[in-house]
Amino acid sequence: MLDTASPAAAKVAAPPPEAGATSARAPLIRREALAFALFAFFAIAPAIAQVGAEGYLLSLVIRAMIFAIAALSLDLILGYGALVSFGHAAFVGIGCYAVGILMAHSVSDLFVQLLATLLASALFALVTGAISLRTKGVYFIMITLAFGQMIYFLTTSLAAYGGDDGLTLPSRSAVFGTDVLENDLVFYYLVLACLVGVYALLRAIVGSRFGRVLRGTRENPVRMQAIGYDPYRYQLVAYVIAGMIAGLSGFLLANHIEFVSPAFISWQRSGELIIMVVLGGMGTLVGPIVGAMSFLFLEEILARITQDWKLIFGPLLVLVALFARGGILGFFRRKA
Amino acid sequence: MYTTLILVQTLNGLQFGIILFLIAAGLTLVFGVMDFINLAHGVQYMIGAYFAFAFTSWTGSFGLGLLLALPAALVFGLLLEALVFRHLYDKDHLEQVLATFGIILFLNQGVKVVWGSSPLFVPVPEFLQGSIVLFEGFFYPTYRLAIIGAGLGVAALLYVLVNYTRAGMLVRAGATNAKMVSALGVDIRRLFMIVFGFGAMLAGFAGAMVAPILSVEPGMGDNLLILAFVVIVIGGIGSIRGAFLAALIIGLVDTLGRTFAGDVLRLFMDPGAASTVGRAVAPMLIYILMAAVLFFRPAGLFPVKR
Repeated sequence: MLDTASPAAAKVAAPPPEAGATSARAPLIRREALAFALFAFFAIAPAIAQVGAEGYLLSLVIRAMIFAIAALSLDLILGYGALVSFGHAAFVGIGCYAVGILMAHSVSDLFVQLLATLLASALFALVTGAISLRTKGVYFIMITLAFGQMIYFLTTSLAAYGGDDGLTLPSRSAVFGTDVLENDLVFYYLVLACLVGVYALLRAIVGSRFGRVLRGTRENPVRMQAIGYDPYRYQLVAYVIAGMIAGLSGFLLANHIEFVSPAFISWQRSGELIIMVVLGGMGTLVGPIVGAMSFLFLEEILARITQDWKLIFGPLLVLVALFARGGILGFFRRKA
Repeated sequence: MYTTLILVQTLNGLQFGIILFLIAAGLTLVFGVMDFINLAHGVQYMIGAYFAFAFTSWTGSFGLGLLLALPAALVFGLLLEALVFRHLYDKDHLEQVLATFGIILFLNQGVKVVWGSSPLFVPVPEFLQGSIVLFEGFFYPTYRLAIIGAGLGVAALLYVLVNYTRAGMLVRAGATNAKMVSALGVDIRRLFMIVFGFGAMLAGFAGAMVAPILSVEPGMGDNLLILAFVVIVIGGIGSIRGAFLAALIIGLVDTLGRTFAGDVLRLFMDPGAASTVGRAVAPMLIYILMAAVLFFRPAGLFPVKR
């Protein structure tokens, strides 16, 4: 079972050890400071954006925050549970389509849509997680990919809801019957509040007893079992939580661009989520936020320099993989 | 009429499966022997198609173009191996995903820069044009039959190479236990390089063969990459024989499923619902199959003997 020579045992490097040992307290505090600085930046960004082409910048930052939420959720299972999900975009898609389908039936209430999003993504996570977590390592990567592809093809076949072409939403969700979210600034701060809330929630989960068991399972599932924990149950709960949070990000994404499409669920999107987490630094919670921001901002900046920006972006990813162990956060920690 | 449709679709499925096998063969070895997740294997297929296009229009003959595309794909694969992949074997899976994803972005854009983003077409070689009468009233395009034939030929060649040559023996040993092979004094890096280059060439061959029947365009390898992963997981990672059988299964299930899922469902439900559900279920079939295999037999249907 623990035959490391077989491909069954996925090579997933454990992120650097952190909190728990007293000597590792310092990085955690620095991380909190970084998170706080990022949130403060997001909070005043609209004021700065007023100077330039505000609508465009604001929209970019909203997108970065939404993907940061999705990447954060992936970090819970990938960074803290060593569960490499290659189908995480499915949950984002479920959130998108929960909004889109309800909208198409003229149910525009935010709370109803949010409830549907969370229930649907929790249910999907529970069913697919219960099956996927029976497999290990590389096989887990592949089975989550399979489930992601199933949702992808399911949405392409939803002819009543746009099929391949996707579905344009008539408006954003209504709050108590008002269209207050149509105001971009209000929506901006709603997304920011979700991001801060998700971060605080995940930080609490990771620091709790549950989080410690999850990390113990990452390090050595057999030992955890030996001291009386059932890794499967903890991993499944983490998988469901991560799925629901990713669903929330999908809910916000649909509201942001007022359009949903199967393209959000393709395997490349799942790959991008993994890349955001690894790029920023997995198992840190701040890393995924940094990763999502870097990914989207770099994309924008490079796209302004040349339309062939992928010629620069691709090799950059290769360089990060080769030389920056632990992602951007790990790179700077070594410098410090 | 209906029998003809079934026969045609079966042959189409077979032809699709053969192409999948050519891609999956390299992927399963790279995965099985080197424990390396190579997302960039799909772009090797795309590169092969572009090489076939470039050399065919240069020489004016598809045969010559194909002949030149093969070594070009091999050299390209070896170049990538030396530049990037060689440095990734010791890294963990996530870093391999990150780097090979970067290579996909780079090469998909690269072919756009060189050949433009609109789809390109390669003419079917003259002597393979038209259809063959297989039996009374049953026609099938000659070129597609040629693909099936060529693929079966390559499969036979691979079988001989893997089972009856020294290099093949080392590859089989490597798939079972790479560390042990290395400990026995085999230059495992060179073995990796050969496996990698050969896999890249096979994928390139697949791309070159489909160039005349599909449009050659950026990103054409992205979806086939995922299908190739489905194949190697179902077949058993590292197993060529498994990849061959699984590729045929996937090719047939996918092609026949897309054509007949609605008709089969019509036996149980009313026609309108059947065609809707059929359209939804058909493309999911192979992924359902993959999830089921992973759940019940994680090592695949035809695993490498350990």
